[in-house]
Amino acid sequence: MTDPQAVAIPMVSGGLVDGGHLEELRTDPIGLLERIRSECGDAGRFDLSGRDVTVLSGAGPNEFFFRAPEEVLDQAEAYPFMTPVFGEGVVFDASPERRREMLHNQALRDKFMRGHAATIAREVVEMVSDWGDEGEIDLLDWFAELTIYTSSSCLIGRKFRLELDRRFADLYHDLEQGTDALAFVDPYAPIPSFAKRDESRLALVALVQEIMDRREAAGPGPEEDRDLLDVLMSIRAEDGELRFSADEVTGIFISMMFAGHHTTSTTASWMVIELLRHEGAMDLVVAELDALFEDSDDVSYQALRAMPQMEAALKETLRMHPPLILLLRVAKVDLDVEGRHIAAGEMVGASPWISNRIPEDFPEPDSFDPSRYLAGREEDKLNPWTWIPFGAGRHRCVGASFALMQLKAIFSVVLPSFELSLAQPPESYQADMSKMVIQLEQPVLIRYRRRGT
Amino acid sequence: MRIQIDADLCQMHGVCESEAPEVFVVEKGETVVTVLNFTPDEDQHEAVLAAVEYCPTRAIIIVEEPAGGM
Repeated sequence: MTDPQAVAIPMVSGGLVDGGHLEELRTDPIGLLERIRSECGDAGRFDLSGRDVTVLSGAGPNEFFFRAPEEVLDQAEAYPFMTPVFGEGVVFDASPERRREMLHNQALRDKFMRGHAATIAREVVEMVSDWGDEGEIDLLDWFAELTIYTSSSCLIGRKFRLELDRRFADLYHDLEQGTDALAFVDPYAPIPSFAKRDESRLALVALVQEIMDRREAAGPGPEEDRDLLDVLMSIRAEDGELRFSADEVTGIFISMMFAGHHTTSTTASWMVIELLRHEGAMDLVVAELDALFEDSDDVSYQALRAMPQMEAALKETLRMHPPLILLLRVAKVDLDVEGRHIAAGEMVGASPWISNRIPEDFPEPDSFDPSRYLAGREEDKLNPWTWIPFGAGRHRCVGASFALMQLKAIFSVVLPSFELSLAQPPESYQADMSKMVIQLEQPVLIRYRRRGT
Repeated sequence: MRIQIDADLCQMHGVCESEAPEVFVVEKGETVVTVLNFTPDEDQHEAVLAAVEYCPTRAIIIVEEPAGGM
């Protein structure tokens, strides 16, 4: 039912005759989103090459957006740029019912977290084992490689993780770079990042094919070492051939790892940068870790304990640098949002970037201030629809708890052992917004030095 | 103390079950947490408040009932 009194949602300024605001979305999405908020308020439109997109922000419209069931706002149709990354037939997102089922049965459930924390700690220890006493790293490269190992180890199995190396991480990065917003118009347009995306996917399939061939020749191995790939390879068609080809297996693995990869590696990178460029911020986090580790240096135990300073810094990093700046749906029916009309077929978005910077909800929104989450303020909990780096409601990131635990585990290994410092001018660290998967402009260099040397 | 669950928010993470197993159960095949007792006894209040605090989706709401059985 729609209200006949409902008014139209205003269109933001700018936009070209050819493509509307598509070029701006590709080059300066933040500029576009901020102008929508300043010109149109909590509901404004832009023109995505002939298709209207309404961008909602603030508590009321966000609640509408995040509570809407699938029959009203559909997510599956909204991300055409993911199909060439995952491959045909691998869905980008599951229904809320399926998501709950996955949570219930699978690796992300609360009771598995301690085992995952131990797995992650081991991966970090192995990664820093060749650091020596001091040196320099590119944060994004380092975290992107680490999170390939942690996510494959936790979600697929340690056996598969040990069959991967740096090549897998590099190819995976090129896939993520193939998410130009031009995909909304043509996911196969002849541009370099799409060509590279398709080459990288083929190269990943070839790596997985090699692994599968080796396993096929060697046999399944001892039962206790078997992982998800062994399970997928044990499923055979009637003629004895593998049910899942290397192409399909790769698609399944890419999609399983996707949501937790660039999101975690960019958040970890920004966390280090923000802690280092705000005086005293790193000291609070390190002092908290030192105090906790006086009891026990078991990271699998510590990563699940409360770390108010660390958690506040992570939350503030996520507020200021949400890995996804625009969450999208397609309206399946005509809608009213607080008296404004959206027609069936239009796209509707919520923006963590915009909502997380509304000064009424987050005073002094442009200042990095972890203390806004500490007891007495808790600005992330005042309203369930304002602090939305993980989304909210039915489609809230099912990996949010895993992600926070993983970040705590990583920093619990690195920060007590190494002192970090910026290797570039503080303002030179910038987001790379040129793709729908947001990363950082490289290089992202920092220095490390073993503590006590 | 009366417990309410926002069914749009619950994702069955199972944290409440870890905190207060006598009050919350995450049952296979269900889409929202099962509450065994919507008005838990005093000795469960602390565990329930921990479940509210640590629920990753903030899906548990506590309504304080007026004293005196009104």
